[in-house]
This record gives sequence, structure tokens and C-alpha cells, in this order.
Amino acid sequence: MLKVTPTHYAEIRRHGEETYPHECCGILLGSTDELGARIVTSTARCGNTRTDSPQNRYNIDPKELVRIQREGRERGEDIIGFYHSHPDHPAQWSPTDLAEAHWLGCSYVITRVAGGKADVTNSFELTGTEEADKAFRNEAVEVG
Amino acid sequence: MAKIHIPTPLRQYTGKLAAVDVKAGSVADALAGLVAQHPDLRRHLYTEDGKLRAFVNVYLNDEDVRYLQKEATAVKDGDTISIVPSIAGGC
Repeated sequence: MLKVTPTHYAEIRRHGEETYPHECCGILLGSTDELGARIVTSTARCGNTRTDSPQNRYNIDPKELVRIQREGRERGEDIIGFYHSHPDHPAQWSPTDLAEAHWLGCSYVITRVAGGKADVTNSFELTGTEEADKAFRNEAVEVG
Repeated sequence: MAKIHIPTPLRQYTGKLAAVDVKAGSVADALAGLVAQHPDLRRHLYTEDGKLRAFVNVYLNDEDVRYLQKEATAVKDGDTISIVPSIAGGC
């Protein structure tokens, strides 16, 4: 399960609207509770480096991630997931999303942005123990 | 000593440690020292033929070692190494 405040949830969705018709992307920081739920305590917007195909691809510059990870560490936060948007495509993971997902045990949040308006937002946990058996599993998103 | 920051998914192989200190003269030494302390990390960082996996980025302080001297990049006391799996995808 992913727990997120209304403010952070709205921020994730607004980011997708602002970059439409391009994909947005960002990082979820927070902690994991004793039951395994990931709790978002901050979000960080990232640039999409896939300028060759930003309408259907995203990539976060690792250098930006290193900086955000360091800033999170200073606040006592870990990276617990990521988000991106699917402009005019369903809020479901794609084969590309799975192939390029490597943070096992983290949440991957996807928002469908339809005609510039954030529509459905879903989250998927990347499960498995290694590249060979990784899989996305639907996870509940608790906004509150 | 240099400090290696471990990304969240790999901490299950370091006894939940978020960072591991290693004594090393190069990035290759540092990663070898890390894997020696935590052998279960090896298959997550390296392919079967011993190359770093393509999606594993290694940063020395704020620089990608691919643009320095790769794994031969010199490391000195107080340096920070970050292991950063890539983040990408698309619809």
C-alpha cells in the first residue's frame, strides 16, 4: 500500500497536467511502516531527459536523483517510489515501464492525463527478488 | 574510508544498512570491498561475466564514473559513492 497526503497526491497529478502532452516524472520520498506500507512525506519533480520522445518516454537523470536522494537523507527520508504520467494513455504499466523498472520493492505511480486533465492515478509495486522474476503488482493508494 | 550509499532495494542485502564504509583506492576497489562484505549484492550489481549491469549507475560524489575513468576512477578518504539504478519507462 502507498499512503499519500492529499497535497502530495494533487502535486503528482498537477505535474502531469503541466507537462502535458509530455510525460512528467518525479520521485517519492518517505518511509516504510512496520506493515510494509510506503508513506510519502515529500515529492520531488524531475526533468524528463527523453527529449527525443517526451510524449511517450521518460528518464530521470541519475545526477538529479543523487542530489534528491542526498537532500532526502538529510531530512531522514528514503526513496520509496517514483511517479510519471501517461498522456492520453491508460494509467497502467506498459512493457517499457516494466523493462526499465529496477527499484524492487518500490512504488511506481502512473497518472493518465487525458486532454491535459489528470484522470486516473494508479500505483504498482515492483515485486520480485531480481531482474529475472520482477513483476508489477497493483497496490492500493490511500489518500489522506 | 569512502562511504557507499546503498539504494533502498538493495538494503535487504546489506543487513538494512543505508551506507557501507570501505577502504579503497579506486571505484573498482570500493565495489569489490562492498561485495566482499555483502556477497549477496554481487548478482544485483554485476552480470554473470563480471560487468556492472547496464542499468546500474555509479556516482563518485556528483559525477558519473562513466565520464571519469570508469571503475578505475581514483577514490580518496571522505569520498561518497552512490549506486543508482536507472529510472525510466513510458507508455
